[in-house]
Amino acid sequence: MLLIDCPWCGSRAETEFSYGGEAGIVRPADPDALSDAEWADYLFNRTNPRGAHRELWNHAQGCRRWFGVERDTVTYRIARSFTLPDAAGAADGGVERDFETGDPTDAEPGDRR
Amino acid sequence: MTGAQPNRLPTGGRVDRSRPLGFRFDGNALQGFAGDTLASALIANDVQLVGRSFKLRRPRGIVGSGAEEPNAILQIGEGATAQPNLRATQVPLRDGLVARTTRGWPGVRFDVGAINDTFGRLLGAGFYYKTFMYPRAWWKLYEHAIRRSAGFGAAPTAPDPDCYEHMNAHCDVLVAGGGPAGLMAALTAAKSGARVILADEQNEFGGGLLACTDQVDGAPAAEWVAAVVDELGDCADCTLLPRSTVFGYHDHNFLTIAERCRDHPDGSADAFSATNRPAAGDDSTAGRQHDPRNGRTAKGPDDHPDSGAAAGHHQDTVQPVKERLWRIRARQVVLAQGSFERPLVFCNNDRPGVMLASAVSTWINRYAVLPGRRAVVFTNNDSAYRAALDLTEAGAEVAAVVDSRRGGAGELGRKALDLGIPVLQGHVVSDVAGRQRVSGASIARWAGDGWATVKPTMRIDCDLVVMSGGYSPAVHLHSQAGGQLDWDESQLGFLPAKSVQANVSAGAGNGKSSLAECLADGVRAGAETVSKLGLEPSPIEAPAAGNIDENPIEALWRVPAVRDADRCPKQFIDFQNDTSVADIKLAVREGYRNVEHVKRYTALGFGTDQGKLGNINGMAVLADILGKSIPEVGTTTFRPAYTPVSFGVGAGESVGELYEPVRKTAIHEWHEAAGAPMEVVGQWHRPWYFPRDGEDMHAAVARECLAVRNSVGIMDASTLGKIDAAGPDVVEFLERIYTHDVGLMKVGRCAYGIMLGEDGMLMDDGVMARRGEHRFYLTTTTGGAANVLDWLEKWLQTEWPELQVYLTSLTEHYSTIAVAGPHSRRVLDKLGCDIALDNESFPFMRMKPATLAGIPVTLFRVSFSGELAYEINIENSLALAMWEKLMDAGREFEITPYGTETMHVLRAEKGYVIVGQDTDGSVTPVDLGMNRLLSNEKDFLGKRSLRRPDCLREDRKQLVGLLSSDARTVLPEGTQLIDEAGSLARGHRRAKRPAWRGSQLGHRSREPIPMCGHVTSSYQSACLGHPIALALVAGGQSRKGATIHAALPGRDPLPVEIVAPVFYDAGGQRQHV
Ligand SMILES: [Zn+2]
Repeated sequence: MLLIDCPWCGSRAETEFSYGGEAGIVRPADPDALSDAEWADYLFNRTNPRGAHRELWNHAQGCRRWFGVERDTVTYRIARSFTLPDAAGAADGGVERDFETGDPTDAEPGDRR
Repeated sequence: MTGAQPNRLPTGGRVDRSRPLGFRFDGNALQGFAGDTLASALIANDVQLVGRSFKLRRPRGIVGSGAEEPNAILQIGEGATAQPNLRATQVPLRDGLVARTTRGWPGVRFDVGAINDTFGRLLGAGFYYKTFMYPRAWWKLYEHAIRRSAGFGAAPTAPDPDCYEHMNAHCDVLVAGGGPAGLMAALTAAKSGARVILADEQNEFGGGLLACTDQVDGAPAAEWVAAVVDELGDCADCTLLPRSTVFGYHDHNFLTIAERCRDHPDGSADAFSATNRPAAGDDSTAGRQHDPRNGRTAKGPDDHPDSGAAAGHHQDTVQPVKERLWRIRARQVVLAQGSFERPLVFCNNDRPGVMLASAVSTWINRYAVLPGRRAVVFTNNDSAYRAALDLTEAGAEVAAVVDSRRGGAGELGRKALDLGIPVLQGHVVSDVAGRQRVSGASIARWAGDGWATVKPTMRIDCDLVVMSGGYSPAVHLHSQAGGQLDWDESQLGFLPAKSVQANVSAGAGNGKSSLAECLADGVRAGAETVSKLGLEPSPIEAPAAGNIDENPIEALWRVPAVRDADRCPKQFIDFQNDTSVADIKLAVREGYRNVEHVKRYTALGFGTDQGKLGNINGMAVLADILGKSIPEVGTTTFRPAYTPVSFGVGAGESVGELYEPVRKTAIHEWHEAAGAPMEVVGQWHRPWYFPRDGEDMHAAVARECLAVRNSVGIMDASTLGKIDAAGPDVVEFLERIYTHDVGLMKVGRCAYGIMLGEDGMLMDDGVMARRGEHRFYLTTTTGGAANVLDWLEKWLQTEWPELQVYLTSLTEHYSTIAVAGPHSRRVLDKLGCDIALDNESFPFMRMKPATLAGIPVTLFRVSFSGELAYEINIENSLALAMWEKLMDAGREFEITPYGTETMHVLRAEKGYVIVGQDTDGSVTPVDLGMNRLLSNEKDFLGKRSLRRPDCLREDRKQLVGLLSSDARTVLPEGTQLIDEAGSLARGHRRAKRPAWRGSQLGHRSREPIPMCGHVTSSYQSACLGHPIALALVAGGQSRKGATIHAALPGRDPLPVEIVAPVFYDAGGQRQHV
């Protein structure tokens, strides 16, 4: 059972959280402009990496906030948690922050590796 | 025979001869002493035969003394508390214990299945797979017969009356195993200030020291153990858990421990004392704090003579906890689980009376029982000489030590010679005689080739064969944690290598063999873990213990026999699964190379063994046959559980009433008093129907339906999900979520809203209302309430943080009472309402705050039945009073309470779908004919997907109504629909097989018939007088009027007509009056 760091509550057992899939999947601004293939790519295709994976978690039985986690899909080791861009962040293009250091994370939101 | 205990030694051991304990084994009354295990007591009573083997039904005796025991797998207890498949070596003896063998019919001495042994050559690896394959439909019969003849223990059929519980705990250092290394690691960590939990599977701490004749720190080993345990007990933050098996090592240093609380010699008290609890409360992540003295699972009745107040399902007595599951999050883990001695692989090595050397020493030194009078000791290493010395010391004769090594043993070998024990170096035991008990051993010269044939040079009479093939570190937990293993050629074993979690191994489990090394390794491991925690390791020195010189072990994986492995008597590798050398050879011959495949084909390491006893021998023999090295072949994967865990401890408190939370509405007690059976929907207990005077469900539902259609009914709809959505951007947000034009709704308007997943499939539905410019009231399905809130939050938080919207769940705060039927307005009028209720003032799909019977409510004019109807939203505390007032006011109209079943019939008559019943995650709103709900003016979640080619297919399954051609048959929900009756039709069938009754065998002989859809909802409609059904049918919307067929079990396919999915009041006038 994973031990997950909620940026607002601290370390809690996995059973308190629900999983939200890969982080950084940005909804296309104009879905109608997309071809079927492009839309299907947004809808279905995920990177599914072997190794570091940025993913969304919700502290469903706690503060109910969504946040990001970088987890290794082989060892299940969690490198860090990060907060998602807030309204201000969204306005300036979005900045994810490592919740321990407060530093911007290296990845841009929507950055799909 | 009671009290005789012929094999009990007069002195020594850790048993209390002043406390005799009576027990029964296969009906015989026997006696042992406090401190015995069931196995040691059986040996004390000279019981040799403890079972029959799994496949070949060979007689089997006790081999080991711990978790590795493969044969003494017994059924303990009777009736509801019986426990199958327990290892006698791990069952502490208690007074009145009842045990029986589980294998062999009619009994272990004479077993009808033993003929399998005679024909054993036909029962090789994969026998079941090969023989019982065809015809496939008979597999169920085979399986039943095989399982019965295998004779595993029987699961009790009555509910388990015992109490179990779960406990969460955190610690700095968890030490698994309380032998010399574990004790020293725990002591070092605790003295350094770490919070420590020490768990050991045995009744007492000490591990191998309890059966050891050595001195530690100048004192007998057991005395030293007692002193260390005392010292640990005095540490402020050290929790001692004896009788506790660490059986699982999961992600992020989460470990699970099964504690057997009632395994005390007196069979009652709970080991979990107040002085012995983990410190708690200072860790923000600590689980619930549970004081067993206050909870329903308090200590034994003796401790609480007057505590009858315990809740739960045991009302009269407070039950002591039988087993406790510890769920532990440890910052660091020390694995000190010791090692397993390996058997040697020679002919008939499974005969009762062939035992592991370590077990023999344990029987003598710890339990003071002598398992034989005249022994042959067979070894490829020094350790077995200890058993020879112990046997001699205890008065038995050691006829010979047969050592495969030309150079023999070191210091222990010289001791044996001093005692006059004959030692045959460079020899092996190639075969043993005796069937139900060993009677002799054949000795042959060992030339170093395991696959050569040999001629025995002599035979020695004996009643005990002691064997040692070296030791395998117990790497199970290390491996479960993801750690790697390295093959050590000098020790001939896999040792723990790199860890991927925060754990270190110590002692015998880390490849240390001498006592002195194990003690020192424990100190090292303890110091290493506390350093990682940032603590200063307390300067502790390992106690002095004799280090003796030993000669190295020699590889001896298969002992040569008179014939080759296929034709010689069986050489067992895995006793429990009857896997022999010949089986592994056969598997390789049939093409299996990978160790995991060979394991599955031969069942090697299955069952309770899980790689404890036969694993390395099996790998080695496989490697030998394949011409590879053992590390090249590798080992199989270790998975939890290390030893079997009972279902009871897995379930813990979550049984009966506590199985899952029960959600009740504010009006629940009224429904109960009215005698309504309950239907559980998303943990809510909802009244299903309200039977009167012996009515069955059909009669009650018919009456309730007619009441709503003709007069007035009342329903508790409080379980619907309710969400308040507010904020400056709420309209924009809901426009993106819902498919209709939310912005066009005026304040006070209601709308039926649906939301889709991004894949375009219907996700949830419900009425939503605009309460203000920037405030909406959303309802969801009962089961979807939590999911919808999560879904909305996810979009707000992760995708659209710029939208200012606040969501609040109101589900638990407000009750909803639906009053439905042509007389519903008159009921409300009669109660006194401060707003005008006529159709012009308060038309369909409006909401208004109002005062009803003097109570503030919110009134919704919405309808899920198609009738004139109102939904009254009211604060929970006033809901029951309102319900009773409505019942009073409605009496003159015979107001009728109705439940979920009637609600379903009424909505089906109107063709309203239930999400999750008529849809299944693959249904779009277009499939449901809801096109008018899809806005063309905006984007919404899932909209783009509706243009995907798959969503545009004309043969998608679409919602339709169905009418049975006989106007009588209520189609079972889930019924498969087919276009043509085809070969299922009677005429066709009669020609082929007149007596066919629709059995599975019959079906197999026919051509498959493609289905075109299935029935999703089906009821008898009381007001229409015939059955109705909703269905999803391929291209159904354009097939109105067509006849298709319903495939019904055991009868002819029934023609059904496709109709529109609205059966009643298609124009919808009744709700607009
Ligand atoms: Zn949180």
